Amino acid sequence: MTVPFRLALAKMSPRQLLGNPVLLVVEIGAAITTVVTILDPSLFAVSITAWLWLTVLFGTLAEAVAEGRGKAQAASLRDLQQTTMARRVNASADQLAHAGNLMVLPTEEVPSGSLRAGDVVVVEAGERIPGDGDVIEGVATVDESAVTGESAPVIRESGGDRCAVTGGTVVLSDRIVVRISSDPGHSFVDRMIALVEGSERQKTPNEVALNILLVSLTAIFVLVVVTLWPFMGYSGIEPSLLVMVALLVCLIPTTIGALLSAIGIAGMDRLVRRNVLAMSGRAVEAAGDVDILLLDKTGTITYGNRQATEFLPLPGVTQVEVARAAQLSSLADETPEGRSIVDLVRSRELADDATVPEGAELVQFTATTRMSGIDVDGRSIRKGAGSAIAKWVHSTGGTLSDELDAIVEHVSESGGTPLVVAEQVGSQPARLLGVIHLKDVVKEGMRERFAEMRKMGIRTVMITGDNALTAKAIAAEAGVDDFLAEATPEDKMALIRKEQEGGRLVAMCGDGTNDAPALAQADVGVAMNTGTTAAKEAGNMVDLDSDPTKLIDIVEIGKQLLITRGALTTFSIANDIAKYFAILPAMFVVAFPQLDRLNLMGLSSPESAILSAVVFNALIIVALIPLALRGVAYRPAAAEVLLRHNILIYGVGGLIAPFLGIKVLDMVISLLPGI
Amino acid sequence: MSAVLPAVLQFGALFALLVLTVPVLSRYLAHVYTSPRHLAPERVLYRVMGVDKDADQHWRSYLASVLGFSLVSLLVLYGLGRLQQHLPLSLGLPALPADGAFNTAVSFVTNTNWQWYSGETTAGHLYQMSGLTVQNFVSGAVGMAVAIAFARGLARSSAAGHVGNFWVDLTRGCLRVLLPISIVAAVTLVALGAIQNFDAPHTISTLAGATQTLPGGPVASQEVIKELGTNGGGFFNANSAHPFENPVPLSNLLEIYLILLIPFSIALTFGRIVGDRRQGRAVASVMAILLTSAIGLLTWAEMAAPGTAPGLAGGAMEGKEIRFGEAGTALFAGATTGTSTGAVNSMHDSLTAPGGLVAMFNMQLGEIAPGGVGSGLYGMLMLAVVTVFLSGLMVGRTPEYLGKKIGKDEITLVALYVVTVPAVVLIAAAIAISTDAGLAGLQESGPHGLSEVLYATTSAGNNNGSAFAGLSVATPFYNTLLGMCMLIGRFLPIVFVLALAGRFASQRTLPSGTGSLPTHKPLFITLLTGVALVVVGLTFVPVLALAPIAEALQ
Repeated sequence: MTVPFRLALAKMSPRQLLGNPVLLVVEIGAAITTVVTILDPSLFAVSITAWLWLTVLFGTLAEAVAEGRGKAQAASLRDLQQTTMARRVNASADQLAHAGNLMVLPTEEVPSGSLRAGDVVVVEAGERIPGDGDVIEGVATVDESAVTGESAPVIRESGGDRCAVTGGTVVLSDRIVVRISSDPGHSFVDRMIALVEGSERQKTPNEVALNILLVSLTAIFVLVVVTLWPFMGYSGIEPSLLVMVALLVCLIPTTIGALLSAIGIAGMDRLVRRNVLAMSGRAVEAAGDVDILLLDKTGTITYGNRQATEFLPLPGVTQVEVARAAQLSSLADETPEGRSIVDLVRSRELADDATVPEGAELVQFTATTRMSGIDVDGRSIRKGAGSAIAKWVHSTGGTLSDELDAIVEHVSESGGTPLVVAEQVGSQPARLLGVIHLKDVVKEGMRERFAEMRKMGIRTVMITGDNALTAKAIAAEAGVDDFLAEATPEDKMALIRKEQEGGRLVAMCGDGTNDAPALAQADVGVAMNTGTTAAKEAGNMVDLDSDPTKLIDIVEIGKQLLITRGALTTFSIANDIAKYFAILPAMFVVAFPQLDRLNLMGLSSPESAILSAVVFNALIIVALIPLALRGVAYRPAAAEVLLRHNILIYGVGGLIAPFLGIKVLDMVISLLPGI
Repeated sequence: MSAVLPAVLQFGALFALLVLTVPVLSRYLAHVYTSPRHLAPERVLYRVMGVDKDADQHWRSYLASVLGFSLVSLLVLYGLGRLQQHLPLSLGLPALPADGAFNTAVSFVTNTNWQWYSGETTAGHLYQMSGLTVQNFVSGAVGMAVAIAFARGLARSSAAGHVGNFWVDLTRGCLRVLLPISIVAAVTLVALGAIQNFDAPHTISTLAGATQTLPGGPVASQEVIKELGTNGGGFFNANSAHPFENPVPLSNLLEIYLILLIPFSIALTFGRIVGDRRQGRAVASVMAILLTSAIGLLTWAEMAAPGTAPGLAGGAMEGKEIRFGEAGTALFAGATTGTSTGAVNSMHDSLTAPGGLVAMFNMQLGEIAPGGVGSGLYGMLMLAVVTVFLSGLMVGRTPEYLGKKIGKDEITLVALYVVTVPAVVLIAAAIAISTDAGLAGLQESGPHGLSEVLYATTSAGNNNGSAFAGLSVATPFYNTLLGMCMLIGRFLPIVFVLALAGRFASQRTLPSGTGSLPTHKPLFITLLTGVALVVVGLTFVPVLALAPIAEALQ
């Protein structure tokens, strides 16, 4: 606790407060009352002055606490940056481009800090990768837990979408050649450190706008208090500098002024805690404004691998027959689809568990036959695409059936993939048995989440390479609002452009290099950490967990950030009403005893009333720090519903709370002798 | 018959009259300001003025036109006042003093119509008609033009800051809106007993044998536009309390109706221009809520009238007209301070303390309930932007109003707008109350004296023009101070309004969905009302506590 306090004290320097005009006014006020108190000391003056200084301290404390939460994380990240020795490939660009095997090129030992973008290094098992880059040769398992917190090692290989490696992570097996992609000080970890420490924090657009509103409110109140001087003079009241400063501090929006930057830092921190790195606060805010989410089907909406969900026998065949044949033909099939068939048979208890029989001959899937199967005891079982099986059955003299076509079409229409099963006994004509319904399974809970999105006014669009028929069925099952079928990267880009031209904000996530242009074009582009460097650089956020569904969390965090600011501003302004009822009667009652009727709270004395208001004003900042750091509770709902809820809590609550708070403080303070 | 009944009946009649006619006029106004067709007399005017009638002005150019036109008006009016002794129909009246001519010129050009002089002894017929009455038309039309330009800014998408043509808006506002309604209303008013002639004052002998001077003049014509254009400058010093201006209760009701007609209509017109009539209804609802509350409170304050003297007299009738009674007076006072009219049918100094408080607060709202012609609408829309900003954040999105994002530049302009007039009012009142020249004008001491000063600067800064009376303002000090209040209070806000209109016009209009905050529902109407009250309350409550509140609680 002492560290944030020290930091908070350092932040009280007027130069540091230049960016926070509200607190600066409080500090100037505190300086004035300090002089007044020294010249004319009294318990009342000392108390007011002390509490004004505390108000400033509490304000800077909020920011210090928010920043402190990132400090520990930054420290552990810094450990990753220890200088290690790197083995740099000592070869010309020409050699690098043409060498068949880079690992045989000569290397030299250099400190990792001296590596520049474009250098090529060799990293072996047990070594730390010296900098960010792309694997250009080899494949290795890498421990990235220091960055992502995920302890399971990941595979990194040259080419494709899993080539990016992060400096500071450790190679566990094998040997890779890495082309470094960042200069010292500009690495991913450097950016992470800057981010979690909040040192590079720039005010976001909405924060700037809100700050302007707060400054203008402060200006109005300075004007109100300054002009009150001659009005009081005319009315025969001797204005006290001390009381005037107290009045001003109570009126200006100190609560939100003190908490504003803490809210922003905490918002970024919440993202970091969910393993998302935002490259700018602007992107987090934009996430709250998003109108459209583009979600890849595979891995985001569905589990990504097709699974058997049903056995559909032809007339004259039992389900058990189809199931047994399917099971037999899939026993040796190690693909996820094959395993799902065996699992389905087991879970439905359609056949006993079986192992591959002795002497069985496996028929592997090939691109030409497009079917796989098993030959055992003179019996051949085949499964495959409808047309391939039809061709096989036909070649053995077997007959086809219209029923099969109907089933196949039905399965296709529902978004599934039909796998036809047939068998041939001896040299008899082959016989069709039925269809296995393979289905892209929608992840649990997605439907509900999309419904929530809809309530929030966000449209979800599913992006898939599937044909329109399949896409439509899955879109309907998952409950997304729209889909883009047979999508190419260009289509995705065109869709984003079209929506943006209509004034909508688009969020998407992606991992491949071909996603990079779309990630850059989207207003919120979340790159997967497993993705390529190109994708990571193009997006404005990186998800370390590489979980595409997190896009939804990001949107919620963005909204929560804005709501917290709005709610605390409303609270701050609503507080002023009660403060007027406390301070104005206290100030004016000397000349106009009738104004005591405005003393609704029945505060015991003018001094006690003013001091209570000042103390309340300071304490409410401390009381609200946890809320500022946590963010106000957010639940997805329509704007109107959210607003009503928040107005009730923070508007009406802000109206009532100070009446109670000031009254209680007054009861305590009035016990003090001398006030 | 209880005294409450006529109050309710009058209010009911007024309400019904407005509900029946406002939608019709709003539709007509929308047509006037959006129609591409120019009428023949307009085309002649444009040719004479050398105006490109089909040009679409950038907001800067629109603003330059507003300011340029107003500056010329100011100089002409000042010249007419200073040269009055040489003008025909001047009834032998001398030239106005320099500070007085300045004050009056500013006053009429800014649609304030604050009068430091008494009309019958200072202003001749020509000065009244060609100077003041003309300004009654054009200053009102300027306000309407600015409001319409603002509505266009909100309605347009990616329009590179273009907000319409000021000269066309000005001309149509005068010729197609103010003039025809004025003619019909003036004839009606004459029928009800107001005078309309070019006579010099008659001196007659009364039955009691004394002599009395009966003034003449083109009263009805000026009376109508004074109310319709929310101007308020009376032909006579007694303003609408004078029987030649406002002879009977029915004319009283007609005049109140005229005051409120355009401010409410133009709010609905706004809805039509932005293509969502619900938005206009929401804004008009807030205006109606604020106005009805003010009238209700005023009526209550005047009728309850605590104190010995009113108790003996059977009502707080000092300074009020027996013809209109307390209810007719309160209704007029609420309407005239809620709009920036400032015409009075009673001496506001004679309102009860709480009544005076309500009248003052009504003006301090920034003339938005329903405000001056045009200025009421843009004032309310500025507050709507503030409301959207606060509540928009609370729904978790960058705040937007009618599909326009409220970012840094937008909120800066709105903040400047909101700060300007209260700053003018408070600073001017502070100067007046702390200088000998200012204090010399006070008729009373104590809280009531402060009320007199505060009322004057409030009225001038908000371009209302009604006077609390009691304060002697025919001095170079007050003429200059209040003249500056009127000038800054009118044109600086217009600069911010048009700049914001330009910014909105440049922005692309965003589509709205369930995630964006609806600005036409009861919740928003309540919030906007609350924001108006809280913003003004927080600014003025301290000084009000020292003046009318201290007086009222006595």
